[in-house]
Amino acid sequence: MLKNQAAPYPTSSQPQRRRQISDRTLSQLFIWPTLILLIAINIVPLFYSLFLSFTNFSAIANKPAEFVGFANFTRIFNDEDIWGYFALTGRYALISVGLQTVIGFGLALLLRKKFRGSGILTTLILIPMMLSPVVVGLFWKLMFNPSYGIFNYLIGLTNPATAPDWLANSQTALWAVIIVDVWMWSPFVMLLCLSGLSAIPDYLYEAAAIDRASPWFQFWRITLPQVAPLLLIAVLFRTIEAFKAFDLVMGLTGGGPGDATQMISVEIYSQAFLGQFRTGRASALAYVVLVIIIAVSNVYIRTLNKVREG
Amino acid sequence: MSNVTLQQITKRFRQVTALEDVSFSVNHGEFFVLLGPTGAGKTTTLRIIAGLEKQDAGSVLFDGTPVDGLMPADRDIAFVFQQYSLYPTMTVYDNLAFPLRSPLRKMPEAEIKERVTRAADILRISHLLDRKTARLSGGEMQRVSIGRAIVREPRIYLMDEPLSNLDAKLRESLRVELQHIQKTQSSTILFVTHDQIEALTMSDRIGVLREGRIVQVGTPNDIYDRPADTFVAQLVGSPRINLLPARRDNGTVLVQDSPLHLPAPKTTHAQFLVGIRPEDVKPVPDGAFSGTVALTEPLGVETIVHIRAGGQTLLSIVPGLTDLRIGDEVRYSVAPERLHYFDPEGMRITSS
Repeated sequence: MLKNQAAPYPTSSQPQRRRQISDRTLSQLFIWPTLILLIAINIVPLFYSLFLSFTNFSAIANKPAEFVGFANFTRIFNDEDIWGYFALTGRYALISVGLQTVIGFGLALLLRKKFRGSGILTTLILIPMMLSPVVVGLFWKLMFNPSYGIFNYLIGLTNPATAPDWLANSQTALWAVIIVDVWMWSPFVMLLCLSGLSAIPDYLYEAAAIDRASPWFQFWRITLPQVAPLLLIAVLFRTIEAFKAFDLVMGLTGGGPGDATQMISVEIYSQAFLGQFRTGRASALAYVVLVIIIAVSNVYIRTLNKVREG
Repeated sequence: MSNVTLQQITKRFRQVTALEDVSFSVNHGEFFVLLGPTGAGKTTTLRIIAGLEKQDAGSVLFDGTPVDGLMPADRDIAFVFQQYSLYPTMTVYDNLAFPLRSPLRKMPEAEIKERVTRAADILRISHLLDRKTARLSGGEMQRVSIGRAIVREPRIYLMDEPLSNLDAKLRESLRVELQHIQKTQSSTILFVTHDQIEALTMSDRIGVLREGRIVQVGTPNDIYDRPADTFVAQLVGSPRINLLPARRDNGTVLVQDSPLHLPAPKTTHAQFLVGIRPEDVKPVPDGAFSGTVALTEPLGVETIVHIRAGGQTLLSIVPGLTDLRIGDEVRYSVAPERLHYFDPEGMRITSS
């Protein structure tokens, strides 16, 4: 097929043989490089890791993969630590996405009416989500520092004796990660909500005003239902991301202290690239996470479709 | 129901004057149509009466009492928007019941049900009551919008081109339904439209609005038979009135570039415009004037004939279909008692 692409394409109207490319060939010329890249770096690893998840392969062991059946999966499902990490990730996703939804939607409501400087303010609020998570993790680590970080100072905990060391305390480390995630991603929710809000026609509110509807009703019956589809998309994206939380956690805590912030993605990383390099078991765990994310997304998408149909 | 009076309303949007010195009254139990082309200020007028917009000068009175300080909710009006302003995620029943469920009214649920059922009956949407509004067709949505207005007994119904988004057939049937509702319940309606047929067929009185000013207020007959100026004359009537430049000559009027000579009005103007409605130009064998047929537009029930007479083209409307063909010589007469004369500025010259 690739050979055909460069072949001269004769046309009846032109006696001279000019090099012409048909639309079909042209479209394939554009599609195939991307497709090959996708296959090479997405599809092949996907199936290779599926194969690895049934082996005891280790990337540093210098011996061929040995088929072990469902042993990796059995170990994962019987490992209470891993269940704990799943629960931790779930809790993190729930709290973090919940806060982002409330704060993002709230910000969108505040920024909905145009005022002097609202454009520049919106842009400023959007900056955190444009930064690299690793960079964000690093500078928040500095801000959380108990002796010279600005965070404790900003929230009024200025006594060095009692000021918490957010990242070193297993009680507060998860909350520290949540705070940063909320800081970084609430603007994303806000952005989607803003576009939803701007699509609500004014006359709905005017009709409600004439019908003597309370502001409460206007919010529950007009604003929320109209924004719901976009809000749900934001929540879907954020939930999937929160389940895969890795770079931010690594930048901030590395999963510590102890395993206080050992999210499931961090655990996969630890299995695969720390200690004994258990590539096979890490692959199995990654597949378990993939199945969970697909399941959760499906629930969301079904809800979304229901909301859209009204 | 009550009288609504506008007193010298002026409204500006930044540099643009949307309404200038607009005054008129809608009487109790009257179907008043505000007619004008797009951008004339019709919707702005409605929104000021509703309280959705604040006028810069002037006053709105309900039964002689100014309501300028009142919020839309306190003016006790019903508004039908051009777009179907239904609450999404609620059923048709809940949409209709909604204005009645306001905590300010404390209406018992049994009465709400009765009123909603009656309104749904009138508008023939009873079978839709359990549906969500997102699943209705355009016509059904607009009927629900109208229903949400008629479940109440407001002081006045304000309707902003409620029929303009509907197809012709549905528009016709809703027009009849609206008129029926208005007459049987003797409601007061202020209806905005740019469609002269809607205005002529439905209204008790018409107010013509042009570029933010009221040009003429009167019954449909007044507006059609005694238009205050050339703008009104051209706005109502289809096909459009023939407007021809003319000059006085010894007690008759000569139409420029044409063989037409007509009786002159009692006026001192030397130059003026003659308006002849197409139905007053009648092709008859012994007609006083002659011309050639330039075009025919058969509409079934009537035919529009374009008659070329000198440098002018006259539109004539004849009942049914006609044998006239393009290029035919035709004789025609003009009803002298039904002519309209306008001065060079376009104002009507009263000839009595």
